[in-house]
Amino acid sequence: MSAGHHHPIYRPADTPVHRLPPQCKLVAVVAFAVCVVATPRERFWAFAVHALLLAAVAVAARVPAGAIARRMVIEVPFVLFALAIPVIGTGERVQVLGMSLSLPGLWAAWNILAKATLGVAASILLAATTEPRMMLLGAERLRLPRLLVQIATFMLRYLDVILDQMRRMRVARESRGFVARDLRQAPVLAKSAGALFIRAYERGERVHLAMLSRGYTGEMPTIRDISASGRDWGTAAILPCLAAATALLAWSTT
Amino acid sequence: MTSGSPSLVVSRLAYAYPDGTQALYGVDLTIRRGERVALLGPNGAGKTTLVMHLNGILTAGHGTVEVGGLPVRAGTLPEIRRRVGLVFQDPDDQLFMPTVREDVAFGPANLGLRGAELDRRVRDALERVGMLDALDRPPHHLSFGQRRRVAVATVLAMEPEILVLDEPSSNLDPASRRELAEILRSLDVTVLMVTHDLPYALELCERSLVMSEGVIAADGPTRTLLADERLLAEHRLELPYGFAVPAHPG
Repeated sequence: MSAGHHHPIYRPADTPVHRLPPQCKLVAVVAFAVCVVATPRERFWAFAVHALLLAAVAVAARVPAGAIARRMVIEVPFVLFALAIPVIGTGERVQVLGMSLSLPGLWAAWNILAKATLGVAASILLAATTEPRMMLLGAERLRLPRLLVQIATFMLRYLDVILDQMRRMRVARESRGFVARDLRQAPVLAKSAGALFIRAYERGERVHLAMLSRGYTGEMPTIRDISASGRDWGTAAILPCLAAATALLAWSTT
Repeated sequence: MTSGSPSLVVSRLAYAYPDGTQALYGVDLTIRRGERVALLGPNGAGKTTLVMHLNGILTAGHGTVEVGGLPVRAGTLPEIRRRVGLVFQDPDDQLFMPTVREDVAFGPANLGLRGAELDRRVRDALERVGMLDALDRPPHHLSFGQRRRVAVATVLAMEPEILVLDEPSSNLDPASRRELAEILRSLDVTVLMVTHDLPYALELCERSLVMSEGVIAADGPTRTLLADERLLAEHRLELPYGFAVPAHPG
């Protein structure tokens, strides 16, 4: 019936990075991103150090570079945007390979590219070493509104169920000779989407009944306690602390 | 515990939906502790409406429901919901947590259990349905039959007075169907099984109730009821092709 859907971005392993409580990793990644953004764009060496720090984490977590590179594709739209800036930018211009490019534009593009790439790579490392479920538990520990966490938890659980339902509806359409060729078929797809929404809504009502039947009173009980020790926080702090030191050093050598 | 009183007593229960449709017209039934009873009836007979009253999801328009001597009313709902373990027809509705462990723990955790006691309940319930191996798996990675068994475990973990199953055999292949029957037979708990599956009722339940048009139309040994062709025809119940039940076995 339901094919086993895995979340390929998560790479199960037993490394110190995997073992860290999710809330520590979440805070570490956010803090790292802040340090990267705070680094002056003129200090190329500082960005190299940031990249080396991430590489060290990747080695410790045994996440191969190829896996990170494949996931970096998500950044492509930003890259395209960044590449356009020097072309359409104003101000002082320089000649590069016969093209006239704006100098402030080049700086802006480099700034966006370098910082976004480091941020995305850090997020990929987080996702590769933390189960989606643990990520939500971590977010809950960090006092993210419980309602949001609950919604995300249900999404995680029912995504595959709804995708499966969508697939069955597609098979049913195609079994009766439907082919989506051009815009004229759009109304059929729109009606399918509407039907899917209603089914999902009705399932939501049934799930709610099932929850009430087992004593739900509006509050999800905390079942898995994932407390973090001082040592965990200390380990997680290594990455952002080194990144902060790098950023400070970059500023002081201006 | 309340060893003296029957597991379930429903008396003169009537209910009309908010749109005015009358679904129950005075239902009376008693289920003693340890009995396994089938509730048979065609679609639209009011079976699901009745089930929704047993744990107070719907509130009786008239009449009363008592579980182990405790009447269903606003003040008793938490305890009633512990005592009545409702297993829904679609296990995807019942299993809403990301892992089997968390799902089975949901009920007892709502009762306030934590730590080792919670863990013991979870393991115990999964053990009883033969699904302990699936402890840390997400429900959508399990087969349909396995998911139904985990759904049974989610309510067993609350140590209910009565287990109420809505169409337990639906969508199961013959092997899963037999496995579930073996599990249900092995449980030491009162069972009310809502079903169209007459052979399954015969296999598992000594006694059956026939529900039709919002009342209990017949109540007796399953074998006797299923041998009564006129009764079955009157209430749109049919045995599968080639299946006959002699009134007296042998």
